[in-house]
Amino acid sequence: MIKLVNISKVFSPGTVNENAAIRNVDLVVHEGDFITIIGSNGAGKTTLFNLISGNMLPTEGQVLINGRDVTKEHEYKRARYIGRIFQDPLLGTASNMTLEDNMMITHRKGHKGLRISLNNAMREFFREKLTSLEMGLEHRLKDNVGLLSGGQRQALTLLTMVISHPELILLDEHTAALDPRNAKVVLELTMRFIKDYGLTTMMITHNMNHAIQYGNRLLMMDKGEIILDISGAEKQALTVEKLVDKFHDIRKRTLESDEVMLST
Amino acid sequence: MIEGIFVEGLVYGIMVLGVFITFRILSFPDLTVDGSFPLGAAIMAIMLTRGSNPWLALMLALAGGMLAGFVTALIHTKLKVPNLLAGILTMTMLWSINIRVLGNRANLTLVRRSTILSDVVQQLSPYMNSQVATLVFFLVVALVVKVLLDVFFHTDLGLTLGAMGNNEQMVINQGVNPEYMKLIGVGLSNGLVALSGAFVAQFQGFADVNLGQGIIVAGLASVMMGEFILRSNKIAMLTLRVLLGSILYRGLMYLGRYYGYYINLTPSDLRLITGLLIVVSLIVTQVRGERKWSGAGAAPLNGGEAKPGAVGASPDAEEAAVTRGPA
Repeated sequence: MIKLVNISKVFSPGTVNENAAIRNVDLVVHEGDFITIIGSNGAGKTTLFNLISGNMLPTEGQVLINGRDVTKEHEYKRARYIGRIFQDPLLGTASNMTLEDNMMITHRKGHKGLRISLNNAMREFFREKLTSLEMGLEHRLKDNVGLLSGGQRQALTLLTMVISHPELILLDEHTAALDPRNAKVVLELTMRFIKDYGLTTMMITHNMNHAIQYGNRLLMMDKGEIILDISGAEKQALTVEKLVDKFHDIRKRTLESDEVMLST
Repeated sequence: MIEGIFVEGLVYGIMVLGVFITFRILSFPDLTVDGSFPLGAAIMAIMLTRGSNPWLALMLALAGGMLAGFVTALIHTKLKVPNLLAGILTMTMLWSINIRVLGNRANLTLVRRSTILSDVVQQLSPYMNSQVATLVFFLVVALVVKVLLDVFFHTDLGLTLGAMGNNEQMVINQGVNPEYMKLIGVGLSNGLVALSGAFVAQFQGFADVNLGQGIIVAGLASVMMGEFILRSNKIAMLTLRVLLGSILYRGLMYLGRYYGYYINLTPSDLRLITGLLIVVSLIVTQVRGERKWSGAGAAPLNGGEAKPGAVGASPDAEEAAVTRGPA
């Protein structure tokens, strides 16, 4: 269980560029939650992820994981139980190394010793896992990852992250940089993995339909605040129109279509 | 003469392996090398002069180099100093330390001292002349270092280190402290450089504080020349090409020294030539990169990653053909 207590993040405090990216946010993420997050650019979605993953220190407030205060814990330590995938497919894997090397590095989190773990049994395990991607990657263990397409790389990152059994996964628009066909494939794969492995998930998306269609809970962010938190039956009955209306009711301004893309 | 080129190529090749680790694997342009190389030579020379075990001296030279690397890595990670400046700081401080190590002298001769090299040459004297024996000795030393490095880069730690220069975020995502990785990488690199310095002291018969001047540039030129020889994504081939590059570079320098006078070249011009070699290598890689618009392998100073290409597009086939190893 992840808990954010009254958390705030202010960039360049005390200067003319002062910018409150996150304002007094409280949030509880329960085990097994699949939360979709929408909001316009600059709403604070990625900053929220940075605070949870430990990439940034909050200006105020606390981050609790299973009741333990991890507010000051270093990003690399939190990475042992939080998996994160970025929009840029290049960030998840090392392009000048082979597929098997990449999978070996990502296989076990934490301490890396002087053991040679990459053997034929391990390769067989990797092949078996890669087969589940249905991309033919199981035949390319000795190829450099740099030769794969963006979609393949993102699928690989997803797979390696899932194998490490994280307690929470953060997906930061992880299909936004892919072409539509690859984006669809990676998104379907994501849904399959989340279901099969029972992953607690937070997913930022620019696509309102995806946000409504997937997950059991939806957050809408605006100007550093969570303005909507919808779950259960209400989430099931949600439509794009209802969402736009709700935004209007709360913020007393119209949600512009270029703020949140209304793709179908 | 030809043995001389190979011997120099191999003994300096150990240093080039160190430079390869920082520049190519870690993408950490480390200038400590100009100080840790003479440090290794100085430790070796003073220990031999004091009559200690040459193998112990060798181990101490290695340890001294690693320590120098740790200092650079710590200045960089703990004080958030840019890596280039951190290296320059350590290198500059090492100049004073090296003089201290040599007993407040700028140089120390090893003539008529028994060294590891002289012992081996003597042992082999019934079978071969001293030049061939020297070559055999350094061939074995360089290959042992190379193979040990290959094994290291196959371990979990070594693999993770391999990802550092390419994608630090990925290393962080695996729950590994990147500062720790830099410490190990830069330490290992400078350990090798000092080891090379310790062997050069035995080979040349003296240690000198100025032995390290321009070593980093020579190392870098060797790495780049090697990259023209062959392309691969296998660590064993990468370290092999480092040694080959080093031999090629020493060969060119030899030609410059012995035949350069025909075109009015003096030995002092060699550094200019070395620098120009690097510049030409960079230009060639850049022109190649522009033509192909992608490029692992031989690449500019930042360690091999060209601008990330169009996301989602598949990389071009020519590149695929060269980098793919035999399955």
